[in-house]
Amino acid sequence: MLSVILKRLLLAVPTLIGVVVVTFLLTRALPGDPAAYFAGPAATKQAIEQVRAQLGLDKPLPVQFVRYVNDLAHGDLGNSLTTGQPVLAELRSRLPASAELTLLGLILSMSIAIPLGILAATKPGSIVDHVCRIVTTAGVSLPVFFTGLILVYVFYYLLGWAPAPLGRLDVFFSAPRTVTGFYLIDSLLAGKFDLFRAALAQLVLPALTLAIFSLAPIARMTRASMLSVLASDFVRTARASGLTRYTVVITYAFRNAMLPVITTLGMVFSFLLGANVLVEKVFAWPGIGSYAVEALIASDFAPVQGFVLTMAVMYVILNLIIDLLYGVVDPRVRIDA
Amino acid sequence: MKRRDFLKSSSAAVASAAISMPAVFSPAKAQARNETLLIVSESGPNNLDIHGVGTNVPGYEVSWNTYDRLISHEMKTGPSGQPYYDKNKFKMELADDMNVGDMSVTFKLKKNATFQDGTPVTAKDVKWSLDRAVTVGGFPTFQMRAGSLTKAEQFVVVDDNTIRIDFLKKDRLTIPDLAVVVPAIYNSELVKKNVTEKDPWGLEYTKLNTVGSGAFKVTSWTAGSEVVLERNDDWKGGELPKIKRVIWRMVPSAGNRRALLERGDADISYELPNKDFVELKDAGKLNIISTPFSNGIQYLGMNVKNPPFDNPKVRQAVAYAVPYQKIMDAVLFGLGKPMFGDKNNTAEEAVWPQPHGYNADIEKAKALMVEAGYANGFDTTLSFDLGFATVNEPMAVLIQESLGQIGIRTTINKIPGANFRTELNKKVLPLYLNVFSGWLDYPEYFFIWCYHGNNSIFNTMSYQSKDMDALIDGAVTAAATGDQASYEKDVKGFVDLAFADLPRIPLYQPYSNVAMQKNVSGYAYWFHRRLDYRTFSKA
Repeated sequence: MLSVILKRLLLAVPTLIGVVVVTFLLTRALPGDPAAYFAGPAATKQAIEQVRAQLGLDKPLPVQFVRYVNDLAHGDLGNSLTTGQPVLAELRSRLPASAELTLLGLILSMSIAIPLGILAATKPGSIVDHVCRIVTTAGVSLPVFFTGLILVYVFYYLLGWAPAPLGRLDVFFSAPRTVTGFYLIDSLLAGKFDLFRAALAQLVLPALTLAIFSLAPIARMTRASMLSVLASDFVRTARASGLTRYTVVITYAFRNAMLPVITTLGMVFSFLLGANVLVEKVFAWPGIGSYAVEALIASDFAPVQGFVLTMAVMYVILNLIIDLLYGVVDPRVRIDA
Repeated sequence: MKRRDFLKSSSAAVASAAISMPAVFSPAKAQARNETLLIVSESGPNNLDIHGVGTNVPGYEVSWNTYDRLISHEMKTGPSGQPYYDKNKFKMELADDMNVGDMSVTFKLKKNATFQDGTPVTAKDVKWSLDRAVTVGGFPTFQMRAGSLTKAEQFVVVDDNTIRIDFLKKDRLTIPDLAVVVPAIYNSELVKKNVTEKDPWGLEYTKLNTVGSGAFKVTSWTAGSEVVLERNDDWKGGELPKIKRVIWRMVPSAGNRRALLERGDADISYELPNKDFVELKDAGKLNIISTPFSNGIQYLGMNVKNPPFDNPKVRQAVAYAVPYQKIMDAVLFGLGKPMFGDKNNTAEEAVWPQPHGYNADIEKAKALMVEAGYANGFDTTLSFDLGFATVNEPMAVLIQESLGQIGIRTTINKIPGANFRTELNKKVLPLYLNVFSGWLDYPEYFFIWCYHGNNSIFNTMSYQSKDMDALIDGAVTAAATGDQASYEKDVKGFVDLAFADLPRIPLYQPYSNVAMQKNVSGYAYWFHRRLDYRTFSKA
């Protein structure tokens, strides 16, 4: 097991080197000029050149690249110009914000989509099946910012049930001491239950928005996978043997149908993590998606590079976890590097 | 089935428990709310120090409220009754007394003034801070240069409490330039403890820490999401502010900023789309204050070096084709001050900005196109900054449509924010929309930047005219020597010439719009157009 993990991690090294080179070149190929942008509206040519020299952007590309790799080797991802902070510190504080939101959204989505998918598969063509199809299609067709704004409008503006969409915490709460970076966990560790409630209240609407959006792939995959498994011989045998419906559907069929669902979950999770920029914008959520987009708009190289690198590492780890899960779910799956 | 039931019921329980949370404040928090100002805006600072490399505009707001300058401005009543900085009247901030001589100005410092860490403010700190502003490079140095403040030798410590600033030449803008955001006074001893060889001015330290003597200090800053400021109870620069705490949250979605205001959760917001401001104003639940940008104009620029816009007749044809009133109504919803439709193109008064005499007149425009030899029209591109797309995009479409009627076929070129300035600086865009506004509110200041043949980056048209240069230089000299008669003659002269030659077509003066709750008062308009927390109060 351990050697498998090590082997897989070693294999990821060339991928990461490729990512470093490509992101470096791509960010340099961006059309904007960070020096002109950050010299401010009243800057003259001379001022822009001064800023360029201060940023080290007057050096030739290979020199910049060597400096970048050298910094990287020392664990320094550089400084963001838009926010003025070290990229590493920003990613460290923003990744948990995004991860907490995405995980909660995913759990919410799973708890609706998987039962819905199973139900739809057991009775294909029934009302439940149609409801499943309509709900998921509607969810995925609504753009997330639209769903988000509608939820804010109804639950905050009209009804006043949800708290103000002001990010991770209400203005009058201060963040718990950072242990995991997940406010829900950290507030419980600190024993502050009102803080936990406040953090959860802020999470509900954005998580719901994400859940609505990600219902479709999970429910559809569950349904398709369940359908094929339910049609297979061993299910017929199980039914013929007079096992209860529950045992047949959940114990036999669902367990075998889980592999593609897990693959989909992994994909949906990593997709949501990077792509929930719009949800972050709507709810003023200090996550990594909006961070990367803002940096991109300002041609701010360091955060873009840091973001892509982080996402690449996340993908590698996520894929590893999913592969390991395969082995747990289905012992027949052999994990080879 | 049990498993599914469990999943369903547990997720429903989570959702309902959270949603039924009351959004009310406990009494203790309500108390705090009265002395706390909650501001929401689109973007926040990237640096707490205006001397920093690439500090953005929200960063100016932090600097303004956390640092003192030697002098500041008195207030007068603005165009719609709001307090408005008086460009001609100065008030002492860190200085106790200002004595303007022929070739120098001497300041005595307030004796009891201290920095936020308790150390007294001395003339040495003032000199160090001004030295820093003129040598650190980038924006602060260039802003100082606008007031002929360029050398460290100009700042002389007379004694612990007195500092003299020597003039290199007579310049009317020197004193006003000491009251802008840049010449803030820093706690030099504290910064010196945190300098490194690579960073002799301690920019890395002041980026994250406010080390002034100002009315507020930053107690926490999470870049991109929140800034919290607390009042400095020992402030000596003026009357103690009524607000104890300022929480400034970044809310990127304009719709949510509006919702927060309407629900009463946020106290103040700016940077809302014009349409929202008009609707909020009509609803009447909030105080909306709109003030024209001082010395700022949105304009349609043309590259006068290259055909076809090198021909003044073509430029005039464009000026007669622009649908000014439609822009005011459909794009700005009336939130702008027209810079068109005067009875003629002659300046009656020596003021700037003032409207020109062009009006939408398609027939006249067509005739001018024929005269210019472009009876069949031509193709060109119209560029704008996507960063301000809510205003620029509809405006560009309206202009495109009107220009089409006189045969000018335009392709709209949207340029992302980071790239716009780069493109503009190349001075090759044939036709573009842009805004210029100057901190110092003097006609000659605007014209030096935008029309003078020394070709600053704001002369985006590459306009060259010996007559124009002579008039601008004349006005600068006349202002320095106090020759009012020739000053007025020269100002009227260059305004007339700008309207006759028309390298750029002024469209309107944009408004700075601020929306706040009815119980919030004390908003004042400043040349930097950001909020001054010191005058606010909450009922």
